[in-house]
Amino acid sequence: MHIDRYERLFLYAAVALLVVFMGALAVSSFAYGIRVPTATERVDPRTVATPPSPWGEPVENRLRELSPGNYEVYILAQMWQFTPATITVPKGSRVTFYVTSKDVQHGFKLAGTNINMMALPGEVARLTATFDTPGTYNFICHEYCGALHHTMYGQLVVEE
Amino acid sequence: MTKRKAQAVTPAAAALPPGTFKREDRLAAWFITIAMVALFIGGSMGPLQKLEHVGINWYPALAKIGIGSVRIQSYYQGLTAHGVLNALVWTTFFIVGFFNYAIPRSLGRPLSRPRVNLLALVLMIVGLVMAAIPILTNLASVLYTFYPPMKASVFFYLGLVLVVVGSWVAGLSYYMTYWQWRKDNPGQKTPFIALAGIITMVMWQIATLGVATEILVLIIPWVLGWTEGTDPQLARTFFWFTGHPLVYFWLLPAYVSWYGMLPKQAGGKMFSEQLARLVFWLFLVLSIPVGLHHQFVDPGVPAGWKAIHAVLTYSLFLPSMATAFTVVASLEVAGRARGGKGLLGWITKLPWGNPSYTAQNLAMILFVFGGIGGLTNASYNLNLAIHNTIWVPGHFHLTVGSAVTLTFFGIAYWLVPALTGKPLASRRAALAQAWTWFIGMLLMSNALHILGLNFGAPRRTALGTAPYVDPAWNPLQIEAAIGGIVLGISGLLFFGNMLATALSRKRAEVREEMPVAEPLHPEYVTPGWLDNWRPWVIATILLILVAYGPVLVGMIANINLNAPGVQIR
Repeated sequence: MHIDRYERLFLYAAVALLVVFMGALAVSSFAYGIRVPTATERVDPRTVATPPSPWGEPVENRLRELSPGNYEVYILAQMWQFTPATITVPKGSRVTFYVTSKDVQHGFKLAGTNINMMALPGEVARLTATFDTPGTYNFICHEYCGALHHTMYGQLVVEE
Repeated sequence: MTKRKAQAVTPAAAALPPGTFKREDRLAAWFITIAMVALFIGGSMGPLQKLEHVGINWYPALAKIGIGSVRIQSYYQGLTAHGVLNALVWTTFFIVGFFNYAIPRSLGRPLSRPRVNLLALVLMIVGLVMAAIPILTNLASVLYTFYPPMKASVFFYLGLVLVVVGSWVAGLSYYMTYWQWRKDNPGQKTPFIALAGIITMVMWQIATLGVATEILVLIIPWVLGWTEGTDPQLARTFFWFTGHPLVYFWLLPAYVSWYGMLPKQAGGKMFSEQLARLVFWLFLVLSIPVGLHHQFVDPGVPAGWKAIHAVLTYSLFLPSMATAFTVVASLEVAGRARGGKGLLGWITKLPWGNPSYTAQNLAMILFVFGGIGGLTNASYNLNLAIHNTIWVPGHFHLTVGSAVTLTFFGIAYWLVPALTGKPLASRRAALAQAWTWFIGMLLMSNALHILGLNFGAPRRTALGTAPYVDPAWNPLQIEAAIGGIVLGISGLLFFGNMLATALSRKRAEVREEMPVAEPLHPEYVTPGWLDNWRPWVIATILLILVAYGPVLVGMIANINLNAPGVQIR
């Protein structure tokens, strides 16, 4: 098969570029720990909002401090709200988010972080972030979930 | 391996008696007419969405016009029509119409069983009507991804299945014709346009098994109440098995034109015909086992498999880069043949006065930006920055909305005159159309990319009344709305021109013919493996089994049909 010399060089350059990109992805995943969600556990969407499910606990019990500065929070997505809709943590906190849905598919993107995941009925989405800058961060439902989808969001407040 | 003859001995379509392709052309005209009507209705929703984002809400007014319950009542109903009619109906019907015209001519023979193709048309029309009625009566406002467990009218899903099955039957009519051609032309290499078109249909055939499984196994039994619920994660995985190759099903017909036709229209030749063939085979092999890159942030898919699909997605970058080089080199050959000099001077000599050429060249330029942005989406954890933000529609309006759609406009500028025997009503309006599409899309996609990346604005959301919209978004939303209006004007120029052409009483003195680019180097002998289906189809199936087998087996073993879902109105 005949390939023009310049075209051959061009394709070699393209391969080199891809190798650089893949290297960058590997570094960001392993050295910087920027993770994507992975398969963890399955839940039953019909009972996920009732105890003993952690998403069935009263809203004030959804945020748990596991050790000083280390939190986990169980967020339930449903048409068209997140529960809890407001989460407050002190500056420097490390928070692991566990998000699931009890009805249709929703999305969860926390502004200013690398937290971006789908909230699916029957699945648990989990990601962790550390909050060093005080402020209010929106988490927005980014998957269409019905007539009032555009009203569905919540806020994470990082206090001084 | 046997070497196939370098020179095609198939008779040129033009040498065949007039009327040879009468039935093919009549069917093509039906497919293309329906495609354009769909795009007119679906496309008209686009500017309304962008106006809603800047606070100009025309949906209440729109809800007052309609016949019975057939009316667009909301942003999301309009968005469903926009997605289904543009991304699924306009593309699929136009592609089949285009191939009906191009594949038989490339093979130099009419379809062996035109009735099979007629059956395809009937199935696709019945499917379209079945899906369109629930959409237009607000019984299927689930967007074109129809993610379960949002539940629509069962007719919506059945209609989509029929459209897909119809496209399979259209593919079958090409395969049967090709089979006959191979029997009659042993040892001869397949003409490029026919080969590329048929590879596209085969890829589609394999890819759509995913969505067919999703609808027939996971959705319809659940919608009809035979199962208590469905499995949303598994359904998504089957959807994206089809969903990514879908974009190559849109794109490859544009590539058929860029590689095989446009160099001729520009007065040049195909720079590297063999590489063009290799590129199509690579798209057959690589288009499908990459779907998980749409699911990087899904909770129920193991991260390791996401990473494997990310690497496989990157491999698609290579045939894309080969296309960039070969197509531009073919145009350079044309520009120099027209007297262009210097490093870039040949560009000015290209036929910029020809709307069919200009539309396609502008489509290519927009596709460069679309491709670069797409690398971000494909990049595993980098995708976290933009996943499901309005960056994504910004991206795919450069690809399917420009690279594909603007190329199809360019094709229509010669194909509609070729089918009707009438001259294009206005070349100037067509040129203005191509440039306004280019400018409108640049404005809109630029704004959408920034809104998504910098502000995390969500995609497919009625932002006009969303409580979290920050005032800092406004200038960009206005830019996007201006882009949307310019695109709307461009669309009107296109449809007006098509209608005026079709209704005109003028006859063209010389009927437009299919442009067929000759290879620049006919002396290079195409190796046999570039015209042999077996290794490529085997590689395609093996790679799908490797990339999807374990992950699907794992998910099916843990299937939970327990999400009852919600009927959407």
